[in-house]
Amino acid sequence: MAEPNTPAVVVDDGRTPTVIADDLHIVYRVHGGGGRGTATAALRRMIRRQPSGRVREVHAVRGVSFVAYHGEAIGLIGTNGSGKSTLLRAIAGLLPAERGRVYTDGQPSLLGVNAALMNDLTGERNVILGGLAMGMTREQIKQRYQSIVDFSGINEKGDFISLPMRTYSSGMGARLRFSIAVAKDHDVLMIDEALATGDKKFQKRSEARIRELRSEAGTVFLVSHNNKSIRDTCDRVLWLEKGELIMDGPTEQVLKAYEEETGK
Amino acid sequence: MSETTHDSAPPRDVPLAELAARHGLSVSGARPSLPQYVRQLWGRRHFIVAFSQAKLTAQYSQAKLGQLWQVFTPLLNALVYFLIFGVLLGGRGGMDNSEYIPFLVTGVFVFTFTQASVLAGVKSISGNLGLVRALHFPRASLPISFSLQQLQQLLFSMAILVVIVVSFGHMPSFAWLLVVPVLALQFVFNAGLAMVMARWGSSTPDLAQLMPFILRTWMYASGVMFPLRHMVETRANWPSWVADVLSANPAAVYMDLVRYALIDGDYRDTIPAATGLYALGWALVVGIGGFLYFWKAEERYGRG
Repeated sequence: MAEPNTPAVVVDDGRTPTVIADDLHIVYRVHGGGGRGTATAALRRMIRRQPSGRVREVHAVRGVSFVAYHGEAIGLIGTNGSGKSTLLRAIAGLLPAERGRVYTDGQPSLLGVNAALMNDLTGERNVILGGLAMGMTREQIKQRYQSIVDFSGINEKGDFISLPMRTYSSGMGARLRFSIAVAKDHDVLMIDEALATGDKKFQKRSEARIRELRSEAGTVFLVSHNNKSIRDTCDRVLWLEKGELIMDGPTEQVLKAYEEETGK
Repeated sequence: MSETTHDSAPPRDVPLAELAARHGLSVSGARPSLPQYVRQLWGRRHFIVAFSQAKLTAQYSQAKLGQLWQVFTPLLNALVYFLIFGVLLGGRGGMDNSEYIPFLVTGVFVFTFTQASVLAGVKSISGNLGLVRALHFPRASLPISFSLQQLQQLLFSMAILVVIVVSFGHMPSFAWLLVVPVLALQFVFNAGLAMVMARWGSSTPDLAQLMPFILRTWMYASGVMFPLRHMVETRANWPSWVADVLSANPAAVYMDLVRYALIDGDYRDTIPAATGLYALGWALVVGIGGFLYFWKAEERYGRG
């Protein structure tokens, strides 16, 4: 509570906060990033006793504070590498904070199961594996299995769901992954550029599903480089640059400033 | 709807931490308490099983012989050891083929179970950072799941082992049932060790390069392809306490117990009675200890 330099305070106006970031700092440590990669260079570093020479620190989020309330849809914008995705992961509790804290109501979840799926398995088994990885029960998966497959449209051109995922076209794979990811209901939902998958028809369907998820979820965070989809879905925008929060306000106001800055 | 304004005059400006406390928000990414963690892990049991089976299926799906490699790989290993230790170096310590071949194959299969769990454990966090950074689940699911994958792999091998043991004239008896609790204890031991390795491997990726050498040393020190006591006392002429210490190591303990259960012969009589207690002790100490050690760093996995 004792914050000597930045006494981050907020007016408690009775709204229900769902996510509070309090002076959040995230630092990545990258092995093998620094110095020359040759054996002699490595040996020289060992002789000179510079063990940290090969560990570089990347300060990805620097002192971000904000409060998100129930029912808000918040867009995150900023140029590549500004720390948007990192901030989302920190909110989800997937990246440990270097300093500061994130407080959440319930378990925020990141929309995405790509990492849990295996290309060598059939689409069918991946639906089950992905669902379990997201914390669904076997019952829930069984109930929703058909709607996941139908939503993805994988079986529109033949029985592809029983083939290994490595045989899918990139578009089909992306559609199935998205379909699995949106099968679960969330308290606080975070979406990282997920809207741009698949063909026009699928994009329409996925936007509709996102809106549905938004109405079910307490709070939605959306990271996107597409200002149109931010305008369509969000009522508040956080603008990040080099890990710092540049602006936080109503969508139009922030997007206008952002577009002026980036010259679009 | 929120019951936050019931105290007479709420202060207008509230520090964020106090706002969080007032509305009952919890710190994201904090380590859960031990009972909570165990509950979460139990809640993910279906994921743990499904993940291990998926890994097992995916492992050989590109090979033409497919899942048959699950059995061929350990068998080919055993064949190489037979040629080198059984035929060339004379490390069989007076056993004839009908005892030595089941002895060797049992040793190779049982040791491979621990070895593969450790190797997979080292990389279970560092090799699945994408998963750790994208989804929320108790991280111990990963090393446990990889150990479970190895257990299933071992069950394939056990089917072959039974054929080999019987074809060398060791008929099934009630003693065979002993294999079940022994392998269960070994699984607990392996999972615990895999969790320790997972924590080390997540902070020191170099460990993955070092492990094969450590594991090979461990294999030679455990008497996988030769009877330890014969090698240490007769061949090397070392004092007998060296053999006592070596045969109390967990790998040797689990191998000897499976051999004790399956193979009749002179080797069975050299296995001390305390081996069963060691098996239980190792499983409890390493299984529980490894779990606690892993849990202690739960909130730190996934950084860097």
